[in-house]
Amino acid sequence: MSSQIQSVHTPSVSLSKYRDQHFKGSRHEQEKLLRVSSTLYVGNLSFYTTEEQIHELFSRCGDVRRIIMGLDKFKKTPCGFCFVEYYSRLDAESAMRYINGTRLDDRIVRVDWDAGFIEGRQYGRGKTGGQVRDEYRQDHDLGRGGYGKMVQMGQLGAPSMRE
Amino acid sequence: MNRRRAYEDDGDFYGERNKKRRRVSENQEMEERLETLILRVGENSTSSLESNLEGLVSVLESDLGNFRSKILRILSDCPIKMPEKCTIYSTMVGLMNAKNYNFGGEFVEYMVKTFKDSLKQCQWDAARYALRFLADLVNCHVISTNSLLQLLDSMVDAANEDNVPQVRRDWYVFAVLSTLPWVGRELYEKKESALENLLVRIEVFLNKRTKKHHNALRVWSVDAPHPQEEYLDCLWAQIRKLRQDNWTEKHIPRPYLAFDSVLCEALQHNIPVIHPPPHQDSFEYPMPWVVYRMFDYTDCPPGPILPGAHSIERFLIEEHLHSIIEMHRWERKDCAIHLLMLPYKDKIPLEYCIVEVIFAELFHMPTPRYLEICYGSILIELCKQQPSKMPQVLAQATEILFMRIDSMNTSCFDRFVNWFSYHLSNFQFRWSWDDWDSCLLLENEHPRPKFIQEVLLKCLRFSYHDRFKEMMPEGYAKLIPKPPVPHYKYSMEGAASLPGTATAHKLVVAIRQKCNAEDVLNELNDLPNSRDASDTDMAEAPFNPLKIDVFVQTLLNLGSKSFSHSFAAISKFHAVFKALAETEEAQICILHNMFELWVDHQQMMVVIVDKLLKVQIVECSAVATWVFSKEMVGEFTKMYLWEILHLTIKKMNQHVTKLSREMNEAKEKLARTVESSSSESEDEAASPNAQKRRKNTEGSGEKPTEEQVERMEEKLEAAYVDQKRLFLIIFQRFIMILSEHLVKCDTDGRDYDTDWYRWTIGRLQQVFMMHHEQVQKYSSTLESLLFTSDLDPHILDVFHQFTALRA
Repeated sequence: MSSQIQSVHTPSVSLSKYRDQHFKGSRHEQEKLLRVSSTLYVGNLSFYTTEEQIHELFSRCGDVRRIIMGLDKFKKTPCGFCFVEYYSRLDAESAMRYINGTRLDDRIVRVDWDAGFIEGRQYGRGKTGGQVRDEYRQDHDLGRGGYGKMVQMGQLGAPSMRE
Repeated sequence: MNRRRAYEDDGDFYGERNKKRRRVSENQEMEERLETLILRVGENSTSSLESNLEGLVSVLESDLGNFRSKILRILSDCPIKMPEKCTIYSTMVGLMNAKNYNFGGEFVEYMVKTFKDSLKQCQWDAARYALRFLADLVNCHVISTNSLLQLLDSMVDAANEDNVPQVRRDWYVFAVLSTLPWVGRELYEKKESALENLLVRIEVFLNKRTKKHHNALRVWSVDAPHPQEEYLDCLWAQIRKLRQDNWTEKHIPRPYLAFDSVLCEALQHNIPVIHPPPHQDSFEYPMPWVVYRMFDYTDCPPGPILPGAHSIERFLIEEHLHSIIEMHRWERKDCAIHLLMLPYKDKIPLEYCIVEVIFAELFHMPTPRYLEICYGSILIELCKQQPSKMPQVLAQATEILFMRIDSMNTSCFDRFVNWFSYHLSNFQFRWSWDDWDSCLLLENEHPRPKFIQEVLLKCLRFSYHDRFKEMMPEGYAKLIPKPPVPHYKYSMEGAASLPGTATAHKLVVAIRQKCNAEDVLNELNDLPNSRDASDTDMAEAPFNPLKIDVFVQTLLNLGSKSFSHSFAAISKFHAVFKALAETEEAQICILHNMFELWVDHQQMMVVIVDKLLKVQIVECSAVATWVFSKEMVGEFTKMYLWEILHLTIKKMNQHVTKLSREMNEAKEKLARTVESSSSESEDEAASPNAQKRRKNTEGSGEKPTEEQVERMEEKLEAAYVDQKRLFLIIFQRFIMILSEHLVKCDTDGRDYDTDWYRWTIGRLQQVFMMHHEQVQKYSSTLESLLFTSDLDPHILDVFHQFTALRA
């Protein structure tokens, strides 16, 4: 009974508002892929979270095909996201239902559909090599290298100074 | 309403396209509106349920002309999809029947058909809810008492049929018993002797019933403090208690009581005589279960009292909570909210009921209904929604489970470890470990220290080693796992004396310089073979254990940085693995070397074995033999080893399932091709949709030839042979080590019931339970080859309990 044959459409497995701007193809094609994909984007990870930890959590929803760690473009070190590929769409749906919004390494992880991993996408897209969100972030986040890069470089004030 | 009439008048419904579309959409809108009204009735509203019902009934009545079949369909669907609202819908149908006798008759007919269809389609819960609804219609004067009794009687007849599976007979009795809380009082008042007669027949049935399956399904092996009752026994006790209380219960809301004056005027219909569809071999019936209990009223704080184990309220509450989980399992937050909104919530210690029901599902034998993480995430959500109570109740539940873990079955032990580690990882691993100090004095193999150790191992997978070193109280040092690092013997002290060291070092350099598979084999060529062909009396091709040793340990150590690195290393040198290990013995040698390197990193071993199976470097049977090998004796009671065995069995099962599905599809396609001759295929080729259609029908696009199907059949047969062999290996090993243990204890005059024995028999049980669907196919083979009557009864019993599940 535990094997659900049919996919059931409910809010937690529907597409989020986010669309990858670097996708090669039309919005329609992108959404078509997202609807059948078994690949997930996992965000808000600590830089210190390892593939092993991610595997332990996500394998509880099904057999994981592979995990691709997101890396800093220049330093080639983890920069707080990854892609998790399942063999089956239903397992990926379970991860959307039961893992999205729960904790890994004390952080609430964000899980979203991804159209499928393509070489090159494992690298951060920020100017400084990491994820874009870590350039403009104004809070102090120990798990993601302290303040955002702009704050660190003095281009944005730390929040306490602005207030 | 007027506008709709106007459309009706202008006749030709199938006329002009435009008009039709408008009309269809208006009709659709109206239908949807009706549907929403019916679905929502009884949900939060400012006015009373009674006035809502009255209002809705008059709307429906006036719409009967246009939407008769739609209304019939929705009204018969609702009590099945939302069984908790059964009495609301029966009241509605009662009121409709009072106004419109014909509609009432049509509805009964419709509902009876739904019931019969559900039985035919083996939709057992739907059938039970349909029966319950029919019974509740007696309360609303829609159906006559006599005809319901006749139906219930014919169901008990079905339970007394000969030569049908017991699970079928059980279901029929369960369906009748679980209907009685709704209609018992009415039957008691109107037809007491007929009701008594029905109960006597059920009692006779229950007394004759065998319950061999009972022990296999229990969460705990002992009945203290709470008996683990078989489901029919428990429900029977609850029904008997209900009878003692003159069939009055306090849980079911009965809105029809308010309409008594209207309803008692109505004329009743008779349910036609229904013969339950006879048994067919393809029918699958619900398996029996054990009613899970972990709390009684003494566990709960002052306040509303938890109904007793044999009070019918307990049954009704539990059934309601289970059905909320079923309905909302896709959305964990909705599920938590709905569980906490149980209509009866102020009269019971709700959190305790919810936690008990969720653990009942998590610990359900042979397997839980849904993914284990589904329950885990609902519990997290409940803690979020109800932070003042839920975490405390959950902690209390954990404490209770831990105190009773000595007698917990091994499958549930694993699920408990998995859940608890996952839960802790969501709450910063905060736990008052000090409270469990006393278990540190026990032997390491005792279930309590074992539980803590396994939980820490699983927590470690979610976190990192240093954290636990800091976090755990000092006394727990002996339970904290070692750091998960590789032990590469060729670079450790004393490596110089090992025969493979020089080659290993050369290999490291070669692999770092990006050599290929052939180069690796060349490097290994210097290594002597300690076992010549003459050494082995087996006809198998000889292999070189030293080559495997140096290669496997060196390669995996080079890839030790992460799973991905290891996987990449294995893929790159796939050919070397294949060249070195053709035979099962050689494959086992690979596994031993993997184990030697990664002995302290269980998760790594699990994923590497998984990988080796996926890329077909080792076969399932090799893994099974390795698990039971002498070298693994020290690991035998550790959870990860069984995680490996079960994933191996699952791989094999998936393979068989896939092949059999593919073959069935191909056979169907072939049959269709034969039916629809050449003309169709030409059509298809010409049609622009051909490509799409091909895609839809999945897989190979082209229609399979008979030859292809034959080949698929052969492949499937071969897979069955492999699968059977795998199960035979596993069960044979179990029987060997368990028999050896029992005999040895007997001759030494020692008690056989040791921790080791309990773990091992528990693991045997777990293999049966976790893979019951697949193992079942080989029941008769197992019975004639392995589980023969001369076997020790302790071992044989496990097998008999398993076969009793579907008896």
